Amino acid sequence: MTELNHKMVEQYRNDFLKEVEANVEEGDWVKMCMQCGVCSGSCPFGPDWEHPPQEIFMMIRAGKRDEVLRSESMWMCTSCYNCIVRCPRELPITHIMHGLANYAHRLGIAPKMNPTRRFAKIFWDNIAKNGRVNELDLSVKLYFMDGFKKGVKRAIEMSTVGLGMLKTGRLNPFGLVAHRGCKDKKGIQKMLKKARELEDRRRGLATRGA
Amino acid sequence: MATVVATNETLLVVGGGISGMTAALEAAETGKDVVLVEKGPALGGRVSRLYKYFPKLCHPTCGLEINLRRLKASKRIRVLTLAEVRKVSGAPGNYAVTVSVAPRYVNENCTACGACGDAVSTEIPNPFNYGLNNMKAAYLPFSMAYPQRYVIDPSIIATGEAEKAKAACQYNAIDLDMKEEVLTFNAGAIIWATGWKPYDAAKIQPYGYDRFANVITSVEFERLADPRGPTGGRVIRPSDGKEAKNVAFIQCAGSRDRNHLTHCSRICCMASLKQTTYVRERCGDDAKSTIYYIDIRAIDRFEDFYQKVQADPTVRFVKSKVASITEDQKTGDVILHGVDTEGYHRYDARHDLCVLAIGMEPSVDVRAIADVSVDVSGFIEASIPDGGMFGAGCASNALDVNRSVQSATASAMRAIQVINRVARAEG
Ligand SMILES: Cc1cc2nc3c(=O)[nH]c(=O)nc-3n(C[C@H](O)[C@H](O)[C@H](O)COP(=O)(O)OP(=O)(O)OC[C@H]3O[C@@H](n4cnc5c(N)ncnc54)[C@H](O)[C@@H]3O)c2cc1C
Ligand code: SF4
Ligand code: SF4
Repeated sequence: MTELNHKMVEQYRNDFLKEVEANVEEGDWVKMCMQCGVCSGSCPFGPDWEHPPQEIFMMIRAGKRDEVLRSESMWMCTSCYNCIVRCPRELPITHIMHGLANYAHRLGIAPKMNPTRRFAKIFWDNIAKNGRVNELDLSVKLYFMDGFKKGVKRAIEMSTVGLGMLKTGRLNPFGLVAHRGCKDKKGIQKMLKKARELEDRRRGLATRGA
Repeated sequence: MATVVATNETLLVVGGGISGMTAALEAAETGKDVVLVEKGPALGGRVSRLYKYFPKLCHPTCGLEINLRRLKASKRIRVLTLAEVRKVSGAPGNYAVTVSVAPRYVNENCTACGACGDAVSTEIPNPFNYGLNNMKAAYLPFSMAYPQRYVIDPSIIATGEAEKAKAACQYNAIDLDMKEEVLTFNAGAIIWATGWKPYDAAKIQPYGYDRFANVITSVEFERLADPRGPTGGRVIRPSDGKEAKNVAFIQCAGSRDRNHLTHCSRICCMASLKQTTYVRERCGDDAKSTIYYIDIRAIDRFEDFYQKVQADPTVRFVKSKVASITEDQKTGDVILHGVDTEGYHRYDARHDLCVLAIGMEPSVDVRAIADVSVDVSGFIEASIPDGGMFGAGCASNALDVNRSVQSATASAMRAIQVINRVARAEG
């Protein structure tokens, strides 16, 4: 358990709904759910979720904090927006799913090996470092995140896509050594840091060293 | 040329459904003069198109007949059909009303013998049956229509068909020179009983009402079940005419949904519960009805009816708003997809026929005609600031017949008070 997680457990005790409302993006919508089930039935990945959105909303209200935040479910969301357009209560379900995932990650209790989380992290570090995505660096890190052997296999599988991107100038073949990034990388990094500070202060997430 | 004798002590009732008829009768029977204006060719409104009434499962024709008898006995009600109120101005006790009357092309000589209908061959979609079948372009709106008088559809005017109809009539009842008329008269108070219409089911895109033959609405299902309806009361599938034994009902189709109607239409839970009895009536123990619902709203005494239907082993309840429907193109079966709330089980359920318990919305926006105020759903507010106009029945809210009649009686009471005030002032 991380320090931030402790702090939140202390602060909200058993009121997980309140915690979600205060800390999760669009979290104050959760109480509006009327449990109709359209979102769960509309999700193209629905059959693969352990707990579909409707169930997650019920679990939040039932105070099942650990089950929700440690779940792989919300990491399944691909942002297709099927649920949002059909929800009779207009809940921004997609955003809440990402909000929950992000919150669990910030607390340090999201499933460590979840591939979506790992990809998101690689992607974020990549773009935050250079202010622009380094495609080659990103692909290499992504393919090889489960070890060398799997990485080679994946790279071979994806080689036609890679070649296509090369031809159309979407991939810099020298990216690993000569990626330029954007102008004023330092400025971007400063901006991102400031944005994070502001957001943490607003959400009450600021702790020492978090 | 029709003339209407009306004064500032006359009550205008707009809409000749069960609510408008009730309000007109209540006022007339206390001695008030009433003009009852109906847009369609006959009185009765939507209830005349229902097979049975919940909760007693009696036939709507019975109530209609009683009201028609009262109406015929009353000298104080002037009925205008094919008539629409266009404009209302003025204030309580002194309204100026403009009504346009569309030509029927048939006068009061008509005996409803049907010779004109036999003579023409042109067919048009039958609005009484929600377009499920066609009818002749010279028609009686429905068997109990009041007035019992045929109508010549404007589409055959100035064609040989209209001449054929005219030639066939032995009573000199067909007048092809009739024109639209505009009437203006006074009224002291006005009751808006313009009723409801079903929400446009095609707008609920994932349910494919406009794509799949075997997805129909609850109002259409009433017509299918009615022995006087387009199928003679056989509940058959539009795609292939096979009897539908395994029927799905989807609740809140268009209601309680911020993408469609935000309000609860109130009657559709009861309507679907009732319609499961139609399936059972036809298929006995082979019947299979499944109701997909968010929650069943069977208010106060309707709870008994709900419990009776729950006890029927041929009826299944699934707590889930269906996410989408697909069609098995080979068989025409509909497949409902979703997740239920009791256990979060995913289903892909096959049915012969799917009935959308369609929501109710106000039939017209009265604000375009008169200075009334409406709620967020467009229903006329019970007390309009103006003080001389009142909403009644489904024009004022989504109501069942019982509550519509109560609301109509209440409006009649208020309107009578306005007219009494005028009478005292004019002394
Ligand atoms: C599927 C279904 C099943 C139902 N079953 C039942 C049941 O079993 N039992 C029950 O109690 N209730 C039932 N209802 C509810 C019932 O239909 C309504 O309560 C009833 O129709 C209300 O009557 P009304 O007179 O207010 O409106 P309407 O029946 O809509 O009548 C309004 C009248 O006004 C006329 N009109 C509209 N605009 C104008 C205008 N501008 N000028 C002149 N005239 C106009 C219309 O032509 C119509 O004749 C059911 C509803 C549905 C959808
Ligand atoms: S569709 Fe909306 S109201 Fe229905 S269960 Fe999902 S979030 Fe709740
Ligand atoms: S009456 Fe029932 S089906 Fe109709 S909108 Fe209300 S809850 Fe839904």
